[in-house]
Amino acid sequence: MSSGLPLWEVFIRGRRGLSHQHVGSVHASDAEMALRNARDLYTRRGEGVSIWVVPAASVSASSPDEKEPFFDPAGDKVYRHPTFYRIPEGVKNL
Amino acid sequence: MSAVVDSALVGQYALQLGDDALILSHRLSEWCAHSPELEEDVALANLALDLLGQARTLLTYAGSLEGAGRSEDDLAFLRTERDFRNVLLVEQPNGDFAVTIARQLYFATYQSELYAALCDSADPELAALAAKAVKEVAYHRDHAVQWTLRLGDGTEESHRRMQAGLDRLWPYTAELFTPDPVTAELVESDVAVDPRTLRPAWEASVAGVIEAATLTMPADGWQPRGGREGRHSEGFGLLLGEMQALHRQYPGAKW
Repeated sequence: MSSGLPLWEVFIRGRRGLSHQHVGSVHASDAEMALRNARDLYTRRGEGVSIWVVPAASVSASSPDEKEPFFDPAGDKVYRHPTFYRIPEGVKNL
Repeated sequence: MSAVVDSALVGQYALQLGDDALILSHRLSEWCAHSPELEEDVALANLALDLLGQARTLLTYAGSLEGAGRSEDDLAFLRTERDFRNVLLVEQPNGDFAVTIARQLYFATYQSELYAALCDSADPELAALAAKAVKEVAYHRDHAVQWTLRLGDGTEESHRRMQAGLDRLWPYTAELFTPDPVTAELVESDVAVDPRTLRPAWEASVAGVIEAATLTMPADGWQPRGGREGRHSEGFGLLLGEMQALHRQYPGAKW
């Protein structure tokens, strides 16, 4: 079942107040059909209240070759991490 | 509710609606692993599961009103051809994808109108089922509309196939709007919906989609009927054979 149809990336918002999260991709002829396919594939068990679909071709991705200059400099700067704070009990979604 | 309603009659009405949902669900499930796209495989299976859920509620209700102790499984898997009360449209073979979409367009539009009206039924069980199912079939209709537009207004080949599907199944739509004796009697007590009242909205809706899809409304002609009396088309025996095989070979099988 290989598909000649365009690929769409699917983002779902689980509930109000959260942001959309990438969950996977679907094939579809156009955006409307992609929304419906995403609904059938990714929200069958009540996972979402909102769906975005984005043409996969429109996603610009960082290259694995650039991994070191992109990400390594962040590795040794501990002061950028919020590890010096105590999180009060009962705080969620932090 | 003025008159006392014959509960056996309500059971027969529930059986008709339940058989419609059950048989269409089985036909759609035949697409599993055969759809043109993996995504469509899941979409059609979803529609089938919605219908199966409706069928379970309706057959369970029919069994309880019958009072003979038959469960949903007994009704689905242990009746023979002549005992099924579904309309001929839902049992028609899948054909190519366009034929299946034509069947979906005709039937989901009908079911949308039917369930919307059945929400006001004097029978609280049927009204509750309709209130839940009306949202499901609204999506079924949308799915069929989207595909009809794309196939009709797509390539020359998809246009030809979509028109052929609409033409092939059009004769079976007449039966949807022909009241049978059970329904006619229950219309009197506001339990059932008079199918004739659904036709204008159904036809306007279907005609609108067909026109937007650059297709042509099929012409009236041959109008086969008989499903509600248990007279089914040739392929129906094979459908039941496949649907019932497991339950008949392993009675009460569970997993």
